Amino acid sequence: MSAEQQAPTWTGRLRRMGVGALPPERLLPDTQPVYVSSWVYVFGVLTLAAFVVVLTSGAVLALAGPSWWHVSSIGHFVNSMHLWGTELFFFFMVVHLWGQFFMAAWRGRRTLTWIMGAIAFLASIGTAFTGYLVQQNLDSQWISTQAKDGLNASGIGAFFNVLNFGQMLMWHVVLLPLVVALLIGGHVLLVRRRGVCPPLPGRPPAGPGPAVR
Amino acid sequence: MSSTDYPLAPDPTVEWSGATRRYDILKEAVIATVSVTALAAALSLLFSSPDLKPVTFQGWAQAAPKDFLVTALSELDGTSGVATYGPPYNNVAGASQNIIGHFSLESLVGAQIPINASIAFVLGPLSIPAQSSPGLRAALAVYGHAPPAARRAWTAAFAKALNAARFKNGALVGSFPAARYGPVPVLMSDLFAMATSGALDGALTSTSRFYQTNFTKALLFLADGGYLGTLAQMQNLLGEQWGMMNETGNYPGQAWLWLYTFWYQVPPMSTSPSGDAQVWAIMAILSLGLILLPFVPGVRALPRRLGIYRLIWRDYYRVAEHQEQSASGAPRT
Repeated sequence: MSAEQQAPTWTGRLRRMGVGALPPERLLPDTQPVYVSSWVYVFGVLTLAAFVVVLTSGAVLALAGPSWWHVSSIGHFVNSMHLWGTELFFFFMVVHLWGQFFMAAWRGRRTLTWIMGAIAFLASIGTAFTGYLVQQNLDSQWISTQAKDGLNASGIGAFFNVLNFGQMLMWHVVLLPLVVALLIGGHVLLVRRRGVCPPLPGRPPAGPGPAVR
Repeated sequence: MSSTDYPLAPDPTVEWSGATRRYDILKEAVIATVSVTALAAALSLLFSSPDLKPVTFQGWAQAAPKDFLVTALSELDGTSGVATYGPPYNNVAGASQNIIGHFSLESLVGAQIPINASIAFVLGPLSIPAQSSPGLRAALAVYGHAPPAARRAWTAAFAKALNAARFKNGALVGSFPAARYGPVPVLMSDLFAMATSGALDGALTSTSRFYQTNFTKALLFLADGGYLGTLAQMQNLLGEQWGMMNETGNYPGQAWLWLYTFWYQVPPMSTSPSGDAQVWAIMAILSLGLILLPFVPGVRALPRRLGIYRLIWRDYYRVAEHQEQSASGAPRT
């Protein structure tokens, strides 16, 4: 290794730490442990894909402002993409979460991966909730006036005012998506760092084994 | 295949060194994104998305004039939901919800969003047309200088009159002598006129800084009335209809809130005056339990007991067992 690569700079240290924790072949693998061969594993990447749809459609809605989709057929379609993307996002994420639970996927120093995923799930609920508040229709009027009671009773409502459209809009399009994106990003990097959790030990079901290639 | 390709009890703490298969993470991501985008687009084209118009004060006053006036009167005399709410809108003794015993987080936080219902919803908005209406200006002055007992007597009498009130051409019909009702009929009549004209919608949301994005006052006033709830009931949005997780029309709403909504359906939360605080406390504990699930005794052992993992990894176990039998030379069953 050259002297430049070993330079005791902040940048150099960060690079060495990053490459050490996540070498390219681990970050972008082209092989996978053989046990990763169930449909359950698909729901993680499907959740990510739905998140991309939600972010993209949300970004288009943000381009024209919060009232656009009420008066434009194209805007209404983009809003529909945002809604259905969200529904799919949660469906995939819940199946993914149950799958990881049934596999006890927190084993082997993967506790932080579970914790980040669980917090991402809860943060996603908050993000979707603020989306319902900023629809500017009957639904948002009703949801905000009902939800205020729980938030007020827990002391949060005084600072997180669901009746304040401007505040909720900023939470929905800036703060919470950033939190969710960081949590999901960290979660995925931890999965790549630790690898997919291997099968639980135990006797397999009786029966003849297939031919092994 | 070596003897360690399919270990029956792989160590999750060490890096996998068993059998692998070819995998293209980028290809998988692209296919997933294209597929989910197509699915979302198909659902959008097929089902679109709901967008029921919001309620306005103009619409409310025109569609349910008595409900509007009864609500406005309760804001004026301080008996409305907001006027008696407690923190964060005002400090009303005994109004706060307690999480457990007498412990109340909202009391600790206090009135951070102070709202005086009579001024915010009635007297304040009326001060705008009063600038060009001497009669309304005089009525506001009389009400403002009257002792509390006189105000209560006027509003109580007008509340009774409203029970039997009739409306014709969008106006309250009847005789309301000042001796009995004081200036209240003038105030209510002018507020009603503001509402039916649409002026109240603007008055409740306008600020001295021109731009505004805060609808707290207007939404609180709307929520105090019965009209918004009637419309919500038609859309299956009420609390007893699991409303928080529903969406207007026949659309899936926030189904992920099912557990939160569930607690509102069962006693004591469904009947307790501190039901909201109790539900939030339960959900806070359960959320913490989900986050820290790997540390929760009993729950963390459930996956092994349930055995669903055997289904997920059935192919792996089949090969692993076959490999073990081959290695030990035992006869296959």
